[in-house]
This record gives sequence, C-alpha cells and structure tokens, in this order.
Amino acid sequence: MGGHSDIVLIDENGLRLDGRKADELRPIKIEAGVLKRADGSAYVEWGNNIVLAAVYGPREAHPRHVQDSNKAIVQAKYNMAAFSVGERKRPGPDRRSVEISKIISEALEAVTMTELFPRATIDVYMEVLQANAGTRCAAITAASVAMADAGIPMRGLVTGCAAGKAGDKVILDLGQEEDNFGQADVPLAIVPRTGEVVLLQMDGHLTQEEFEEAFRLATEAALNVVYPLQVEALKRRYAASTEEIENGITNGLANPVPHEESAEEIVDEVTHAEEGVALEDMDASGEEAGQ
Amino acid sequence: MSNDVLSDIKRMHILTLLESGKRIDGRGFEERRKIELMPNFVPRAEGSARLRLGNTDVLAGIKMDIGTPFPDTPDTGVMTTNAELIPMASPFFESGPPRPEAIELSRVVDRGIRESQTVDMAKLCITPGEEVWVMFIDIHTLDYDGNLFDAASLAALAALKNTTVPAEKFEKGEDYPLPVEHLPISSTFVKIGDKILLDPNYEEEQVANARLTITFDENGDLRAMQKGIGGGFTKEEIFYMMDVARRTSRELMQELF
Repeated sequence: MGGHSDIVLIDENGLRLDGRKADELRPIKIEAGVLKRADGSAYVEWGNNIVLAAVYGPREAHPRHVQDSNKAIVQAKYNMAAFSVGERKRPGPDRRSVEISKIISEALEAVTMTELFPRATIDVYMEVLQANAGTRCAAITAASVAMADAGIPMRGLVTGCAAGKAGDKVILDLGQEEDNFGQADVPLAIVPRTGEVVLLQMDGHLTQEEFEEAFRLATEAALNVVYPLQVEALKRRYAASTEEIENGITNGLANPVPHEESAEEIVDEVTHAEEGVALEDMDASGEEAGQ
Repeated sequence: MSNDVLSDIKRMHILTLLESGKRIDGRGFEERRKIELMPNFVPRAEGSARLRLGNTDVLAGIKMDIGTPFPDTPDTGVMTTNAELIPMASPFFESGPPRPEAIELSRVVDRGIRESQTVDMAKLCITPGEEVWVMFIDIHTLDYDGNLFDAASLAALAALKNTTVPAEKFEKGEDYPLPVEHLPISSTFVKIGDKILLDPNYEEEQVANARLTITFDENGDLRAMQKGIGGGFTKEEIFYMMDVARRTSRELMQELF
C-alpha cells in the first residue's frame, strides 16, 4: 500500500492487469494430504502463490510452561522461503511473519475443539514457497485443510480471501501490482459453517461504504468459491480411499506411496549411490592431483 | 500471557455483571476510560507524550536521525515503530527479545500511522536517493491495565504532534515542526459472550473471546483494522463496532487535539 506508480491498474474496460474483472478471483487449486510424514497436510496454489501446510498434533506442548492445563494450544508458524519473493528474503522469522503467525494461530484456535486436549499443542507449519500477494489468505486456507486432514476436531473449516482497492475501484483478491500500488487491502478469513469472521485486517484508505463492498466481495468469494474447493480437496483425498477399501485395498491413501519397490529398483538405487561415492572420491583425488 | 491469572470467581463476576448490562468498573459498553495526556513529557526527545488510559500508562518518544532512503522510495523519509512491553508494567511481561504480543502491538500502531499518512513523509526528504530523515517511534508500556493498542496509538500520535525536526543539530537548516497531516484514532473492542465492549481493561481482556481494533481518520474514513484473540465476530458485530468507532473517535479527536 501507499506505493506510487503511473501503472494503470484497471483499464477503460474495467479489466485488471491480468485480465480479471473486479470481482474475479485468481485460479485456485487445493490438494489435501500431500506430505507423508505430517499428521495432516495441504497444498494450495492461488494465482502465483504456492503454499504448503503441515499439521503435527495434538502432541505434548514443549516447553512445559506453554502448556494450558485446560485446553490445547494452537501454534501456527507462517514462513516465507528465501526464494519465494523477487529479492531474496533473509530466512527466518521477521516481524511481519511473527504477526501473521500470531493472528493465524488465533483464527485457527477459534474453530479448534482445544478443550479436548489439555496440555497439548497443535502445530501448524505454513511454508510460502512462492509469494504473489495474498499469501496469508492462501496460508490459512491451506492450514485449515491440513488440520482437517490430520483429523483435528474442528467446528468448521477456515477460509481466507482478500479484497481491497486499487485504481480507485474496490476489487477482489489483489494481485502483486494491485497490492504494491493499490489503495487498500482487507485480508480476512471466515468460518463458512457459522459465518464468523476469525481473521480480519485492513490497511490503506477506504470509506465505510467501500469497506462494506470489499467485505462483501471477500466473504462471498470465500464462501462460494474457495470453501467448496477446500471441501472437494478433502473429499477427493478420502473418497478415493473409500473406493479402495471397497475394492479390498486398505492402505488408505488416495495417491498410495509405494511400499514395495521392485528388487530391480532397489538394486538400481544402490548402484547409483555407489557411483555417487565413487565420483566424489574421484573429484577429491582430482583436486589433490591439481595442487 | 497466561489466562489462569484471573480467578474463576472474578471471571464469573464479570460475566454475571455483563448479563445485567454492567461492566466491572461501572462504565457503559461504548464508554472509554478517562484519558490523561501529558505532551512533551521527555523534553530531550524530538517529541514525546505520556498517556494514561484509565490505569494503563504508556510513554511514546520520537527521535530523528539522518539516514539513507529505501531504494524503492528514494524521496520519502523512513519511519520505524517499536513497542516494548517492559517488566515494570506487568508481572507477565519479561525482559528479553520482543514476543509476538509486542511485535503485534508495534505493527498495529505502525500501520495506523503509516497507512493514514499521518506524517507527510515526502517532507522528510533531504536529498532524494541519498539523505532522508529517519523517524523512530518508540513506545514504552509503564503500567498495563488493558487496551495497549489504543493507548499506544494515541500516545504515538500525541508525540508526533509535538515533534520538532532537529535540522539545526544536523546542520540541515532551521528546525521545523514535523508535518502531521492526519489524525488516525484507533478504537479497540472485545467480545465477551455476546457483548461487545469498547476499551477493555485488563480483566475484561482476560475473559474476552475476540478483539477488534479499528482506526478511523478525521474524515471518518477507515485506515486500519486488526482482529485478534482466538474467537470470531459476525458481520453485524463488525459493522456495529465500526459505527461506534467512527462516532467515538471523532469525539475523542475533538477532546484531545
């Protein structure tokens, strides 16, 4: 926000830089259960944003002083990969990601039945692999699917979506230029099942009427477009396993991870590994020879 | 910050009172605590203000220095905001690196001031691309009795209002008052059960399910928002809070500035 540029964000036909209409979302793709080790996981592509979320827990909270004897705590960590943005981001938490982690933790806690797991923690890790405006909404959308995939008892899914103002128009789901050179951004997350707003931020400049319009655009898109994609992703993940059970296959994964490798493949891997070692040795000796 | 510092008896007491339409300190639901403003509290700072909001007590100080602008904004000054939750203010604050609570507070105060273009940062440019004024807003929490967001934002604004750019000290011409162009006022609400309260005190914050901070400028336009604590608001509740915030922030602006 607050950037200045001569860039035309909305053309004379009311279309945006990427050809979208004011109330149009970027294409979104959601997949549940994409990581093997985590208790639950999800993958979200939202325009050019790529976000992975993984959930571990409920598990014992450490250090012990963070435990709550009455309920579980939800600890979400939002992190941006160093290569996710134009200029390399220094790895590790900065003030922005600490704040985003905090509000996402609180938003997810709002739907989690934390009272079932005293002293436990539910850890949610969100990795932004590619960032292109709207990462916190993509991240929380992925996080709630991952929590559902992990079987965490929840009162509902959480769905994120942003709206804002750019080129003097209230628009849905700001892209990078609209975020950088626009006039306002309203990221929010709702619980579609109850209509509650569990995450809400705003910065920039909006009149009350413009805010109401932005709020309407974002909540309607979350409810009518993003939420069904989340539900579909979860159904895809588990519908497949139901089919497999009916067919007598019980490993329970939509995209089963191969458990039995053929003898040939194993032999192949071993050979390659040995070759790798051999090559390294050769490099080392080569260097020595050069000295 | 742990929740179990408030006894169950007190928690029940607050809830029972709210059911009968009363707050624990006798205020109305849309009533702020008394504000006491002490401008220029630290004369050595370029600007400062101590502000008491009920028993919450914060001190904001402004220091200015000369630095280089960011490459993408070569002709505007730089502002940074930092809030410290020092152990003096509460038994639950600890020294050491800032925790998420302090970082959120800094960023919410920063957003309110930055997004409303409170200070005309273009007027803080000395030589484009080379030298600009860097404005440091530092907030110290002295006594914590709830609603640091509003107390800190107001104190920061009041401090900016009496800030002098120390040009003489740096041999950059004559001192001049900081160009403060807007007056963003933040209003923080909490929801307890189904009741919405403006300007929560510490005990109310402890039992709250959700929190929302809304910043309006002097034209009644929205500049910043931040929802916090694990709970949710309905759409109607959000719009109700916006109405209250807009109305009461205007009153507060006339009273203070």
